[in-house]
Amino acid sequence: MLFLVNIIVAGLLAGLMYALVAIGFVLIYKASGVFNFAQGAMVLLSALTFVTLNEHGLPFWLCFIITVGVLIVASVLIEFLVLRPLVNRSPDTLFMATLGLSFVIEGLAQLVLGTDVHQLDLGIPDVPLKLYGLQVSDFDLFTAAVSILLVAVLALLFGKTRVGISLRAVADNTLAAQSIGIRLPHIWRIVWSVAGVVALIAGLLWGNRQGVQFSLSLVVLKAMPVLIIGGFSSIPGAIVGGLIVGATENLADIYIGPLVHGAVSDWFAYILATAFLLIRPNGLFGEKPIQRV
Amino acid sequence: MSASKLAGTAHLGGTVSQAPRLSGRRVAILVALILIYGVIPIVGNDYWLNSLIIPTIVMGLAGLGLNLLMGYAGLISLGSAAFMATGAFATFNLLLRLPILPLPVVLILAGLIAGLGGLIFGLPSLRIRGFYLSAPTLAAQFFLTWLFQTYHWFSNNSMSLVISAPRLEFFGYDLSSSRGRYLLVALTAGLLLLLAFAIIKSRIGRDWMAIRDMEVAASVTGVPIARRKLQAYVVSSFFLGVAGALWAFAYLGTADSNTFSLDKSFQVLFIVLIGGSASLLGNFVGAAFIVLTPIVLDILVPVLGLDTYIDQGSIANIEPIIFGALIIFLLIKEPDGLASLFSRTIRALSIWPLRR
Amino acid sequence: MRIKRSLQTLAGVLAAASVGLSLAPAHAADHANEQLYPLFSYRTGPYAPAGIPQWGGIRDYFNYINSHGGIDGVKVLVQECETAYTLERAFECYERYKHGYQGAQVAALFDTSSGFDATISDEARADKLPVVSVAGGREDAVDGAVFPYQFPVLFDYWTESSIVINYIAKQLGGLDKLKGQKIATVYHDSGYGRDTIEPLAILAKKYGFIDIEIPVPDPGEQQQAQWQQIKQQGVNWVFLRAWGVMTPVAIKTAARVGFPSDHIIGDIWSGSEEDVKPAGSAAIGYKAVTVFPSGSNFAISQTLKKEIIDPGKSDLRDTSKFGSVYYNAGLVSAIIYSEVIHTGHEKFGNRPLTPAEGQWALEHLNITPERVAALGATGLLSPLKLTPEDHEGEPSAKIQQWDGHHWNVLTGWLNGDRALFHDAIFAKAAAYAKQKNLPPRPTLTN
Repeated sequence: MLFLVNIIVAGLLAGLMYALVAIGFVLIYKASGVFNFAQGAMVLLSALTFVTLNEHGLPFWLCFIITVGVLIVASVLIEFLVLRPLVNRSPDTLFMATLGLSFVIEGLAQLVLGTDVHQLDLGIPDVPLKLYGLQVSDFDLFTAAVSILLVAVLALLFGKTRVGISLRAVADNTLAAQSIGIRLPHIWRIVWSVAGVVALIAGLLWGNRQGVQFSLSLVVLKAMPVLIIGGFSSIPGAIVGGLIVGATENLADIYIGPLVHGAVSDWFAYILATAFLLIRPNGLFGEKPIQRV
Repeated sequence: MSASKLAGTAHLGGTVSQAPRLSGRRVAILVALILIYGVIPIVGNDYWLNSLIIPTIVMGLAGLGLNLLMGYAGLISLGSAAFMATGAFATFNLLLRLPILPLPVVLILAGLIAGLGGLIFGLPSLRIRGFYLSAPTLAAQFFLTWLFQTYHWFSNNSMSLVISAPRLEFFGYDLSSSRGRYLLVALTAGLLLLLAFAIIKSRIGRDWMAIRDMEVAASVTGVPIARRKLQAYVVSSFFLGVAGALWAFAYLGTADSNTFSLDKSFQVLFIVLIGGSASLLGNFVGAAFIVLTPIVLDILVPVLGLDTYIDQGSIANIEPIIFGALIIFLLIKEPDGLASLFSRTIRALSIWPLRR
Repeated sequence: MRIKRSLQTLAGVLAAASVGLSLAPAHAADHANEQLYPLFSYRTGPYAPAGIPQWGGIRDYFNYINSHGGIDGVKVLVQECETAYTLERAFECYERYKHGYQGAQVAALFDTSSGFDATISDEARADKLPVVSVAGGREDAVDGAVFPYQFPVLFDYWTESSIVINYIAKQLGGLDKLKGQKIATVYHDSGYGRDTIEPLAILAKKYGFIDIEIPVPDPGEQQQAQWQQIKQQGVNWVFLRAWGVMTPVAIKTAARVGFPSDHIIGDIWSGSEEDVKPAGSAAIGYKAVTVFPSGSNFAISQTLKKEIIDPGKSDLRDTSKFGSVYYNAGLVSAIIYSEVIHTGHEKFGNRPLTPAEGQWALEHLNITPERVAALGATGLLSPLKLTPEDHEGEPSAKIQQWDGHHWNVLTGWLNGDRALFHDAIFAKAAAYAKQKNLPPRPTLTN
């Protein structure tokens, strides 16, 4: 029984890590309708920048600020060079453009910062605390706290500030938003920058677990089913989706895996996502588009 | 966007045909046929056939498969490589376990098996729309490749999980030389191109385009949506399955499930968008771009003497940067794909002598 | 205007493409006096960190050899071809270089991934080009009678299993103590990872330990479930057969569930600096099998340091990689290659060798302990003797332990119980020959 609880808890915590990556997707999807595959590359770029600066002896906060600066510059460039020329194009085209973008970002990041494997130590112990037999570490609690804090900050940002309200207007009706004077490129730059910061946080937490290296960009594959289950445009959806995927995936690996001679977490989340979609075709929290003839 | 799609859809190259130029078109097709089936097999050397031409044609065929689904029926798939894998593993097992079957029959059967896979993973499309269709297709991608890797029966218990071509022959002709494999690939591609042309000209093809342009309107006018969508998945997977079999056995000679990873699915998607959505020949142009660009970049570096200035590691990283940038550039500059660039070029060339 | 621009684009693309491609299979014989070493590298992608130091070791060694006139006066021409660790890029590289490059011939192809090694098997047989996998490659290819052109030299994963089990037995105080021990193998779910399932089953049957096999799907960035299972089942020892990012994640997750790091023994591809550094302090005490011991105190390393590294002629951008496990792996490959060419020179004269001569040289390679010493590689390279029947040599490896900064070698060269597997492996080779309908190899002559 305790074993089962531990499996589920571990899964939920892993799910929060997936959700962190998925939130970055959601922000961009809401603002620009782009399914941004380059989010994984952004995770890599941000973590790599951070860790390289850190290895040169800069203090934590300064590394963080400089990395955020780099991400803002990147967002402005992406908006100017990729998004603006592709405005009003089909979602497939935009998706492919972000795939191309991920090649560029990954290549540039590794060209400038090297392909080495880096250790990233946030200084938070990752050994079990043994709380009533639960296998939870300080790092797990920290991750959970960061996720909750992040969602709260984003909720405030988009619920209370001017930028946030503009963003919601853009997401709701782009044309109407423009007609009342909301400048689209401006909103995009801000949202991509915020998504960049989210990528940095995800990159730091993932990097602490597995080291900072190219494989970080592969976390998008874990984030995609999360996103699909939660709905592309919902931040709470990303969190709930993450928890669902994390827990069930862990359970499946342990209880279904041995029956089929292998690990199933490769595909399990995608089948699960499909099953969810059959019940709710726009994800758990997605909005249903209205079709007019 | 959709207007230009509609105009270009029904024609092979995406050009608008006009009666007086029809004879010119025929000549062009004849020249192309002679070139493809007569000249290239004689002139092409091993390296050109093996590493450049064969993969281009096979990937073009895969692009064609996805284009039928995406460009014509408007259904997104991120799992094309899974159906290629199905075709490849089906071919391997059919050749191995039913040795009496001739190669063409095996290829058709393998395509049909892949089509069945497409049918199963296409079922959710009856309820799921738009980009959410990435879920079932990605499920296909990861599940099918996992299946072929996990159950060793599919690779006949080979230690390395790699399958290799048991025999490539056609009525006694050995097709294992590069020339033989080229002819196999070129003939298959030619026949399937004709089939694709026939399909999009038929009622099914027109229904697909109606669904793509507006599903609600199509259903109101009596298009059997569910049936047409499933047909699109089956036909597309059939093409992909055959392409996968050719990729494994006419190009690489062997394959394992990693050969058909998500990256390959993305490559097929690139081919469709770069070649031109809802165009048939565009797929081969897109495939040429995808297959040749990395090789050209790799070869150009020592030719231009860049390797004396930059270290190998940097060069290796510059290549994907250029590749990614080229893709974005093409998506921006050529919204209708390279196919339309070519047809514009041909039109420009045909009026060029009269310009001054 | 638009037409003009697209015409220009098109012309540009076509010109670049044709310039590039027309120069590809160049026939100029500029390098006819050199021996080609095609290096199928991966400097990009998820496995680049494992690759780059290897290419550094290879290039630096040849650089050193060439600066002394080459191998018996024949210079080595390294042509690098980026594969990004994908099969089809490697395949294209193979097609590009199998007939040589600008007059320089290939005598033997040293491949760089086990996936490619498996893929190219038939093709290399048809091209009669010997393919060498240093410490990798398909198991049954040791049988030279069935696989005349494949050389999985130096090491194999079956022997590795046996070395690991022997080592565990030694820690416990004897092979009889293995009975009832729970030994879990956590493996990368691929052909490479599954290779040890069979030998471990044989070993478990022989010694009576409980063999638990736990797969981890590629790339392996999430292993909570697997390690929880290990903890739950009360596993005593773990044999970790990982690759790439899977290793540090495994070590970290083991620490998370409270599994002792010194009871994990890694595979040869899970035992480099790149594998343990990201895991930080969790990796202290972790052990791994190695055939490429790290360190820069070997005589050859000292020479390289003086002649290549210090003058700034190294291929490494980051020279702190000098002496690392992967750098030394590259060094070992390059040394073996040079010895193969040298062996061929003794028979055919000091000139570039053809693939057929390369095959002969490989099958008569004998790097004796004295020769290893003369090369300055004592402790780095284990003696290696190949014959037409045995394409591997006597596999041996050391066990090393990570102390947080360096790998410390704990043992001398260990030999596993290779004889135990002999029949099973040769039966596989025979089955392969039967399935492929291969004619028996003509009588081998010297």
